[in-house]
Amino acid sequence: MESFAHLLDRLVLTPSRNGKIRLLVDYFARTPDPDRGYALAAITRDLDVASVKPAMLRGLMNERMDEVLFKLSYDYVGDLAETIALVWDSEQRTAGQGHDVQPASDKSAADLSLTQIVETLNTLGKTEAMGQVSNWLDQLDASGRYALLKLVTGGMRIGVSARLAKQALSEFGKRYIKIDIIEIEELWHGLEIPYEDLFAWLEGKADKPSHLAAAPFRPAMLANALADSDMRKLDPDHYAAEWKWDGIRVQVTSEGGTRRIYSRTGDDISRSFPDLVEAMDFEGSLDGELLVGRPNNTGEIEIGSFSDLQQRLNRKTVSKKLLVTHPVVVRTYDLLADETTNLRDQSFEMRRGQLEAFAKRLDPTRFDISPLIPLTNWDDLAQLRENLPHPVIEGVMIKRWDSIYVPGRPKGPWFKWKKDPMLIDAVLMYAQRGHGKRSSYYSDYTFGVWTEDDALVPVGKAYFGFTDEELKQIDKFVRDNTVERFGPVRSVKAQRDFGLVLEIAFEGIQRSKRHKSGVAMRFPRISRLRWDKPPHEADSLTSIESLLTP
Amino acid sequence: MRPDQLLHPTPKGLYCPVSDFYIDPVQPVDRALITHGHADHARSGHHSVWATEQTLDIMAIRYGEEFCSERHVANLRETFVLNGVTIGFWPAGHVLGSAQILVEHQGLRIVASGDYKRRRDPSCLSFEPVPCDVFITEATFALPVFRHPDDVGEIQKLLSSVQQFPESAHLVGVYALGKAQRLISLIREAGHNKTIFIHGALKKLCDYYETQGVELGPLSSATLAKGEKGDFAGSIVMGPPSAFTDKWARRFPDPIICFASGWMQVRQRARQRGVELPLILSDHCDWDELLDTILEIKPREVWVTHGRDDALVRWCELNQIKARPLHLVGYEDESE
Repeated sequence: MESFAHLLDRLVLTPSRNGKIRLLVDYFARTPDPDRGYALAAITRDLDVASVKPAMLRGLMNERMDEVLFKLSYDYVGDLAETIALVWDSEQRTAGQGHDVQPASDKSAADLSLTQIVETLNTLGKTEAMGQVSNWLDQLDASGRYALLKLVTGGMRIGVSARLAKQALSEFGKRYIKIDIIEIEELWHGLEIPYEDLFAWLEGKADKPSHLAAAPFRPAMLANALADSDMRKLDPDHYAAEWKWDGIRVQVTSEGGTRRIYSRTGDDISRSFPDLVEAMDFEGSLDGELLVGRPNNTGEIEIGSFSDLQQRLNRKTVSKKLLVTHPVVVRTYDLLADETTNLRDQSFEMRRGQLEAFAKRLDPTRFDISPLIPLTNWDDLAQLRENLPHPVIEGVMIKRWDSIYVPGRPKGPWFKWKKDPMLIDAVLMYAQRGHGKRSSYYSDYTFGVWTEDDALVPVGKAYFGFTDEELKQIDKFVRDNTVERFGPVRSVKAQRDFGLVLEIAFEGIQRSKRHKSGVAMRFPRISRLRWDKPPHEADSLTSIESLLTP
Repeated sequence: MRPDQLLHPTPKGLYCPVSDFYIDPVQPVDRALITHGHADHARSGHHSVWATEQTLDIMAIRYGEEFCSERHVANLRETFVLNGVTIGFWPAGHVLGSAQILVEHQGLRIVASGDYKRRRDPSCLSFEPVPCDVFITEATFALPVFRHPDDVGEIQKLLSSVQQFPESAHLVGVYALGKAQRLISLIREAGHNKTIFIHGALKKLCDYYETQGVELGPLSSATLAKGEKGDFAGSIVMGPPSAFTDKWARRFPDPIICFASGWMQVRQRARQRGVELPLILSDHCDWDELLDTILEIKPREVWVTHGRDDALVRWCELNQIKARPLHLVGYEDESE
């Protein structure tokens, strides 16, 4: 348990992706089975153990320790699990026992393994679990107590996505065998905790585990970005064009009674979309875009806005009301399997034909086909891209008619040609120091635009889009023109005739009640530094409101 | 005599009206007794100063030889009489030269402990309990959440990260007086003998510790001449935390920001400061040590100076120990 707890402590505070991967790889290398497998499952949130409610923990603490001292502690720390982890066994002092207290080093914490904890919890009900947790808290040190409490309260927020964990697994495997992360994604849902066969394969001690899962994930085929000039070299006769919808790329698979919705990277997101799962009464596997939408009176599906879709994202549970007001649909791109027939080794042209036939059998309120755009020459397509017919289209896709469906991002067969970003000129207002490598730089910028009474109102934050050289220049500007400091944040001189104008690129702008300005940008980044532009020429709130996504 | 007739808080610091002196005054006064050399306790500009020889040396290093008009060396574990009041200095275990101050008059004994800790520290003398009627304690970490772990484990955290990330420089934020030298000593005890690079702000005090018999091993300046390129990969670099958010830190490859402080016990604190590797290492008592000390000394009354007095006073109440907060101002809560 000690090394798992230590791993969590490090992961939480390590900002860099590569740093996190290194920590995970080292942990997998030095931790035996099945501990490392349970740790992996805890990190990817696939581990399902008897849970303990925060209210029960609070109750337990009130029995054990003076209420005032606990409250002062909790107020200071702000996190229940961490407070309990730290104050545990301090209550013995309040009884005035003083010197009789056993020092922590005498405890047998090292003996308690993560495996023991997980396997015991699996056999217990909720009420028994609480008593057992309390016993373990006595045996663990503060770091171990924190890890245990996070494990049983299900609040393991450590900044590691399942995708990152898989990346670490593939890095770990590369020490012993030739492997691509796609292989892990493909296998993932057929594997069982604690993943002993996976680790044996990665260490070169056993063959690749065989595909056991029903409705497995088929690693997605991705497109390369296309520059305007590239396209002139391509023969339009060889390509199909379609809209690039701005939702969530998904794979919906229903095979032998198992129904799953996968994200692009193979995460099972079925639980968030029960309405869609219910409509998946087919046998096969489809590739498409998940969007919010409902049929209009002609029976065609009308797509909702991106902010409608956001209502449905990152939710563990979905309310009945939301299911009614924000139903999700899939606009299909491709057919990967029809019944039990694999279609991925056929051409896009063949698959598209099959998809059209297949789609006729699908629930028309939940599924339709992403239409093809007639393609005769690139100039016409460029015209279309300039005048996209729907706000939830973010560009066009170009696919070779003869392309087979291969995992990953092969060069050549598929291209995405996104619409140009929106641009505004804004004024730098606040700068915050970065983390890790950037901790000596002011690298996170809040920028604003002018209101009607000539004041600046913040409209967004950006922390990338500039070169290292530009970062140094902005950092110098911030240090030379600081007005006030608030911890790691500085406010910067920003007046009508003096300040730094930033050209901001973004993908769309929406109304937002959470922001003072009333608007929120999607994916803002710095596209240019406008040293040449006086701040009073930057945009106004009125002018950026005219860009609002309908 | 009531205790507060012998010593009571004033805006300038703890004052003794019988003998006319202050303990750790925050403004210039005629006569000052100083517990230790940290800047919020030891200020320049007093007329006469009584302190241990090491504290006087440290004040001279920090403020120049003219930091006061008259210096009086107080020998440890000896008493002397000042205007009819008996005074004595005893080791406090906080930093080199740190002392608790005993003030005794007409049979009433008050000990002002200054800042103190109970852990072993290879860079200074250990705290010695002094029997007294009133014990004046600090409360920097007086909450049940502060339970400093074993030093050896914290040092190991640092050394194994140095091994795990050999291409990085580990930048460890430390307080220039005490924490830096203690951390270096502990790293040496753990068997790490490579050169440790230090920021210019640490140099004089490290040199001084060496003259006092605290061996720190090979140290080298982390500050480079213009145009010079250093090779800091795989090394430990120490400096005041503020230096690591400054342009100064850009010379280091893939830096990993560490901070050695009792505050690092709380994860959110570490996160807010952008610390990647927190080292929980404090020169103050943790909660258990504060309580142990009170139970060991068994004073009739406890006075709490700066820090989290509410929790400590509450604990004293629960244990039928008379206690009061002094609400002294001018001492830094964040003095680590």
